[in-house]
Amino acid sequence: MAASLRVLTSIATLLLATLAMLASLVAPAAAASDPAPTLLAQEGGEQVRGTLNDGEGDPLEGVQLSVTTPDGEAVGDATSGDDGTWAVDLPGPGDYVVTLDTSTLPDGVELRDPERDTLEVSVNTGQQRTLLFPFGEGGQVSSLGQRLTTAAFSGVQFGLIIAIAAIGLSLIFGTTGLVNFAHGELVTFGAIVAWFLNAPSGTGLGVQLIIAGAIAVVITALLGGGIELGLWRPLRRRRTGLIQMLVITIGLSLALRFGMQIVFGGSSRPYFDYTIQQRISIGWLAITPRDLIVSLIAAATLVGVATMLQRTRIGKAMRAVSDNRDLAESSGIDVQRVVLFVWVMGAGLAGFGGVLNGVVENVNYLLGFRLLLLMFAAVILGGLGTAYGAMFGAIVVGLVTEISTVFFSTELKFVWALFVLIIILLVRPQGLLGRKERIG
Amino acid sequence: MDVLITILADGVNSAIGPTAVVFALAAIGLNVHYGYTGLLNFGQVGFMLVGAYGLAITVSIWEQPLWVGVIAGILASTLLALLLGLPTLRLRADYLAISTIAAAEILRFVFRSSPATPFTGGPFGIPSQVGGSGYTQTWNALNPFPQGRYGIGWLTFSHTRLWATIVGWSIVLLVVLVVWLLMRSPWGRVLKSIREDEDAARALGKNVFAYKMQALILGGVLGGMAGMMLAISQAAIAPDQFLPQLTFFAYTVLIMGGAATIWGPVVGSLLFWFLIASVERALIISDVMPSGTIGPTRLAFVGILLVLLMAFRPQGLLGNKREMVLDG
Amino acid sequence: MADRDTTKAPTAGALALADVEPVPGVPKPDPILVVDKVKRSFGGLTAVNVDHLELQRGAITSLIGPNGAGKTTFFNLMTGFDRPDTGTWHFDGHDLANVSAYKVARYGMVRTFQLTKALTRLSVMENMKLGATGQRGERILASLIPGIWKAQEAEIEERAEELLVRFKMDHMRDELGGELSGGQRKLLEMARALMVEPSMVMLDEPMAGVNPALTQSLLEHVKDLPSFDMTVLFVEHDMDVVMDISDWVVVMAQGRIIAEGPPAAVAANEEVIDAYIGKGHGDESRFTPTPLAGAPVSAAVEEVAPPSADEGAEDLADGGADLDGPAEGAGPADEQPGGRA
Ligand SMILES: Nc1ncnc2c1ncn2[C@@H]1O[C@H](COP(=O)(O)OP(=O)(O)OP(=O)(O)O)[C@@H](O)[C@H]1O
Ligand SMILES: [Mg+2]
Repeated sequence: MAASLRVLTSIATLLLATLAMLASLVAPAAAASDPAPTLLAQEGGEQVRGTLNDGEGDPLEGVQLSVTTPDGEAVGDATSGDDGTWAVDLPGPGDYVVTLDTSTLPDGVELRDPERDTLEVSVNTGQQRTLLFPFGEGGQVSSLGQRLTTAAFSGVQFGLIIAIAAIGLSLIFGTTGLVNFAHGELVTFGAIVAWFLNAPSGTGLGVQLIIAGAIAVVITALLGGGIELGLWRPLRRRRTGLIQMLVITIGLSLALRFGMQIVFGGSSRPYFDYTIQQRISIGWLAITPRDLIVSLIAAATLVGVATMLQRTRIGKAMRAVSDNRDLAESSGIDVQRVVLFVWVMGAGLAGFGGVLNGVVENVNYLLGFRLLLLMFAAVILGGLGTAYGAMFGAIVVGLVTEISTVFFSTELKFVWALFVLIIILLVRPQGLLGRKERIG
Repeated sequence: MDVLITILADGVNSAIGPTAVVFALAAIGLNVHYGYTGLLNFGQVGFMLVGAYGLAITVSIWEQPLWVGVIAGILASTLLALLLGLPTLRLRADYLAISTIAAAEILRFVFRSSPATPFTGGPFGIPSQVGGSGYTQTWNALNPFPQGRYGIGWLTFSHTRLWATIVGWSIVLLVVLVVWLLMRSPWGRVLKSIREDEDAARALGKNVFAYKMQALILGGVLGGMAGMMLAISQAAIAPDQFLPQLTFFAYTVLIMGGAATIWGPVVGSLLFWFLIASVERALIISDVMPSGTIGPTRLAFVGILLVLLMAFRPQGLLGNKREMVLDG
Repeated sequence: MADRDTTKAPTAGALALADVEPVPGVPKPDPILVVDKVKRSFGGLTAVNVDHLELQRGAITSLIGPNGAGKTTFFNLMTGFDRPDTGTWHFDGHDLANVSAYKVARYGMVRTFQLTKALTRLSVMENMKLGATGQRGERILASLIPGIWKAQEAEIEERAEELLVRFKMDHMRDELGGELSGGQRKLLEMARALMVEPSMVMLDEPMAGVNPALTQSLLEHVKDLPSFDMTVLFVEHDMDVVMDISDWVVVMAQGRIIAEGPPAAVAANEEVIDAYIGKGHGDESRFTPTPLAGAPVSAAVEEVAPPSADEGAEDLADGGADLDGPAEGAGPADEQPGGRA
């Protein structure tokens, strides 16, 4: 009974602390979309938006745009403001047609391609899609090669981010056998904590993004350690079954995800630094310096983690426990300590992945959950329980996801990655790099 | 006092309403999967989706009678079970969980995508009356209750809700009877043995794969029926109603009532919706938070509930503590 | 050691094997299982590499060998729980290569597991009833109509009851599998395997963790199996048990069959002694003669022998009395092979 009480208080304090930590950073943010009449909370915050300028850098004001569904049903209108920006909120994800009313353009300003006054776009769940109506001279049509290069780059970048987030997932499985369905929420947690630290005072603390990110990683790592000490360790001590613990991770993920929605709201929001960047062209590749730096940081992090696993005592211990828990235990490794370390490091990395993803895209309470299945795909592709497998699998998943958009609808980009997952489970459940399991 | 009655009234209303029926059915399906066979199906919502769309597409888009739609919904969930089961039933429990949740998400993405829009209505889904009579027309025509409100005191139902409730719970009772017959039979015994140790069952000459497949289909069809019930009671469906968390609600319902018990999913659903609705009403009345955060609060509450249940009362309300001690 | 079995009357199996030469791979007069060139490796390690092996029908054969010799892997291969890299094997005329485990069991070859697999949340009786084959109520549609299977279920229950009595577990019929002790689980698993009415049982260390008194009565059950038309192959580390019970002994080391023959011949075999003691082998630690944790080492047996022998005698006494029942009821069991064929 005493043990039960301990777990109970641990869980309660943990959840409360998490919520309080978030809540203390900010007053409740913008209200989330109202829950649907039944149980079915829809994901929200879809938007199309953009900034119009005349090609020489001056904003275009008073231009009218309208958004309809592909069937012609009106969704909304907008008029560009004095900074040239416009935005239309959408009822939900899907395909939309955005039309720019050329008659409202100032004299002398014309679309670069007069045919392109109407754009068809598909918007993902929670996505805020920025549309470009180019005016003035210049510009080149991008070739297949260019699109492939760009997609491959985004794919690698996305893959690196997934890898960082997924290492913890894989190591936690390797050392404890637990499939952590709440791992996505650790990712979100990092991104959101960084957002609140980064947001200007009033909402947040106005800390520069790099410092904010670093602090967020530490806080997420602490949360991971707290979850291990407060929840999993007592549960393991009580000999709770793995499947039972797996269902507990589900509960934890719901509690954290919607707890964060309460605090952060349902919309997607960008960080406050490094938002406006000019693309630079390197050969076929056109990228922003921000994306380039994110990729470099991500790659460096992975190299760092790999070195740590390879060289340091604790890293070797982690791999040993992952490899064969009993053997490691009998050869004198303090497994409990290693597991704690895995949780701290795994959660920290997850939080870091969240921050990076938030920089590249936007911060949303579903950010991590959307990555979760891709992380699973990555981890299984590489072989559950191995850190290097997760890295390798993540790059494949990232590439598949992004390159598919060159050939197929963007709406389906995650579908391909999930297909890869199912195919791998079919032909090689131990993963591409994993070993076959011992039978009976 | 009035406040308390309002809160309780909301709870009771919700507990016996069609939504509780939907989740009772989905959870009975999960009980066959997880409770009795040990299959960790995390994609029950996928079965609900194909059931609902099978019905809606057949009746509203292809303009077939309702009964054809119901058969289509059942066939669609059977087909999904076969497609999903063939590759994944040989996998370990946790792999099965991941691939089923992935399959359900694939379905949702595909059903809301533009290529599928002519059949599925894309992100907006299919309201009952797209073309022809729609999937609620026959249903409403069959309603023997004249228009009006029925009930006593604070517990009143509109005639459509009453109709859906009565038919829904009758179906639930029928399903409970079938599951009870199955699980007390030697067939049910084989399922339970697979849950305990499939190698042991194999060593005794049981075709484990075939039994798992049968269980997957049975539970999947129950999920499909839940989806159809959802479509009919709402008179509309959209793909984003079928988010992964629905499966987890159904798990919460199941575990709350007691997995591997006959009445567990039913009692669980009643209790779950009673709690959800009364907590929501209490939050609204007490005015402690902006209305926009009530939705997520409710969902976070479900999560905490699931954690606490699993940690402290994994056998649920009706389960056998003696059996639970042995788990793991 | 060896002189112990001179005291007992030779069994039918021993008689049939009397003229067989004790060399590895020797043909038997009436083999039920014939294994050819079965090889299985894990990475660089060759766990099983059996060139040729035949097992005599109706005999009790022990499979012995040091830890890690490949005995369990051999069981897994034979019963379809694992696939060999190469090789063929025939059971009772059936080619078993690529046959799935459940079909192997249906052909009549049933195994138990070294790590016991009691079905934890099923009662002892349910565990037992699960073993019965050809149950009409195990088909999904038929199961809905109790009338179809009730009568058969009653028969099965009766048979299970008899077996439980034989194994002295009848008082635990309503206990859950998970509530049994380690030794009781071993008993349950063996009894459950017999519910299948197999023509051959493969027992992977059935005595491990069973208390010595119970071991005696368990041994009597095993010895009794040939009279129910069953062939027995069992793995055991306790040499006294092996000498006492087997008609034939097969010795495995490092995946190979290094010797086979009647118990006495094998016990005297130089190579076997080497394999156990480790002479001539590089890795001695792998071949320490461990009779398995829990079971007494041969030397220790002598010391504790008197009390355990007494208990054993008592056990034997009422074991014998219990045996009368099933022996009379052996009729149905005798019909079984015909019914299955
Ligand atoms: N699935 C597997 N993967 C890798 N190696 C394995 C596997 N199964 C068995 N082995 C190895 O094969 C060898 C034979 O193992 P096996 O379990 O068959 O031995 P055994 O004779 O039953 O030993 P014991 O008497 O201890 O039960 C051992 O070295 C073991 O480590
Ligand atoms: Mg063994």
